[in-house]
Amino acid sequence: MVEMFSYPFMQRAMLVGLMISICAALVGVSLVLRRNSMIGDGLSHTAFSAFAIATVLGVAPLYIALPVVIIASFFVLRLSQNKRIHGDAAIAVLSASSLAIGTMAISVSKGVNIDLNSYLFGSILAVSWTDVILSGFLALIVVALYLFAYHRIFAITFDEEFAKSVGVKTGLYDAIFAAICSVVIVLGMRLLGSLLISSLIIFPTLSAMRLCNSFKKIIMASVIISILAFVAGLMMSYSLATPTGATVVIMNLVAFIICYLLGKIQKS
Amino acid sequence: MSILVAKKVKIGFGENVIIKDASFSLDEGDFACVVGTNGSGKSTLIKAILGLIKPMSGTIEYGDGLTQTTIGYLPQETRPDANFPATVEEIVLSGCLGHMKMRPFYCHKEHEHVRESLRTLGIDELAKASFMKLSGGQKQKVLLARSLSATKKLLILDEPSNNLDYKSRKDFYKTLKKLNSEQGLTIIMITHDLDADDLIGNKVIAISDGVAKIAATAEYLEGRA
Repeated sequence: MVEMFSYPFMQRAMLVGLMISICAALVGVSLVLRRNSMIGDGLSHTAFSAFAIATVLGVAPLYIALPVVIIASFFVLRLSQNKRIHGDAAIAVLSASSLAIGTMAISVSKGVNIDLNSYLFGSILAVSWTDVILSGFLALIVVALYLFAYHRIFAITFDEEFAKSVGVKTGLYDAIFAAICSVVIVLGMRLLGSLLISSLIIFPTLSAMRLCNSFKKIIMASVIISILAFVAGLMMSYSLATPTGATVVIMNLVAFIICYLLGKIQKS
Repeated sequence: MSILVAKKVKIGFGENVIIKDASFSLDEGDFACVVGTNGSGKSTLIKAILGLIKPMSGTIEYGDGLTQTTIGYLPQETRPDANFPATVEEIVLSGCLGHMKMRPFYCHKEHEHVRESLRTLGIDELAKASFMKLSGGQKQKVLLARSLSATKKLLILDEPSNNLDYKSRKDFYKTLKKLNSEQGLTIIMITHDLDADDLIGNKVIAISDGVAKIAATAEYLEGRA
């Protein structure tokens, strides 16, 4: 077990994965409780198309993907609260269109070598030290913003109208939250790819909700579950030579089943 | 002394005018019930008072140092998720956000204020309890405690007795009357006009055909008979 972490690529994967797992668990709580779980899915597909277009154009993918996903996430969060528009339908349209645009961009490009699998299923073992530093910097900003806005995020998640009535600038905090979600999704693409990243956001919260009844405890539990599932997934994927992203998702599923059963025992 | 004065307030969305004219004033310690048929604009009027909707014309003035963000608001029971995983304390603390400005964390004074709100409503032993496991009446008291954390002057309640059984409703009204008489809180409560038992305040703001008029409760009941 110790041997696997003697390889630099495993050290980098571990560091990036831990940072993404913490951030994903933080945003997941609010997204799940606001019944916006599928937003992660829609945004990851948007990130996929942005990554694909950036690669075809020869631009660093992160510089295109991050602003595009931030703008998309802001609109999707607002749309999902609009009673006249069906938020789930808007997300479905965004997901399918983005995936199609990304695939088209890749197919029309000539002479550009794009590994479609790494976008769709992640390639965490291929991250560089520059990626680690950038991820660390962005993760630090995400955690700091989340801590700063924690009580406002709670109030908006529980009862947005009341939050507005006591002067919480819900538009501003929605924008901050949208930016946080976007950073997490764009970073998470390296870990799990666009098809699996939403599971990293949703699973830890759902698991924590089986065991805890307080908002703060759910956040703490989901961060712990997310970290444990990632570490277990990474180690298992190394030992069994399985795809890292998929193994991490399977570990999250296992954690959910365990929490579900523990929750049942707790209730009885 | 007037705590709230509405002058020729007109509220609507685009070309759809919901309230044509709302002109009334409330004094400190008043308890006004807002009545009107479904869709008459009761919730729209209180949202304008709370600053959640901007009136098309007219003015709403606040007295005695009251501001929009220091009004305690209890939305309709259907708004917060009844199965939301949070403790009573976490929810009631969120009522203090109006006092925090840009500060990210609650201070000792706000924690004490929350304990006081819970004590006032006799639910201090529920502070660490899970909101989702409470009865309908207890949940409503928790949301009222959150409103109390937000204000010491004006409470606005949107149909608070909906979904409460007869006993819980009576109990809830008793609590409101006590807050009004003992703490001098001014209260505005949307309620159904059907049962005179619901008109527990000293004043009634009746909305009809887009016009909101204020009257003493006895006078209103006399006119309705």
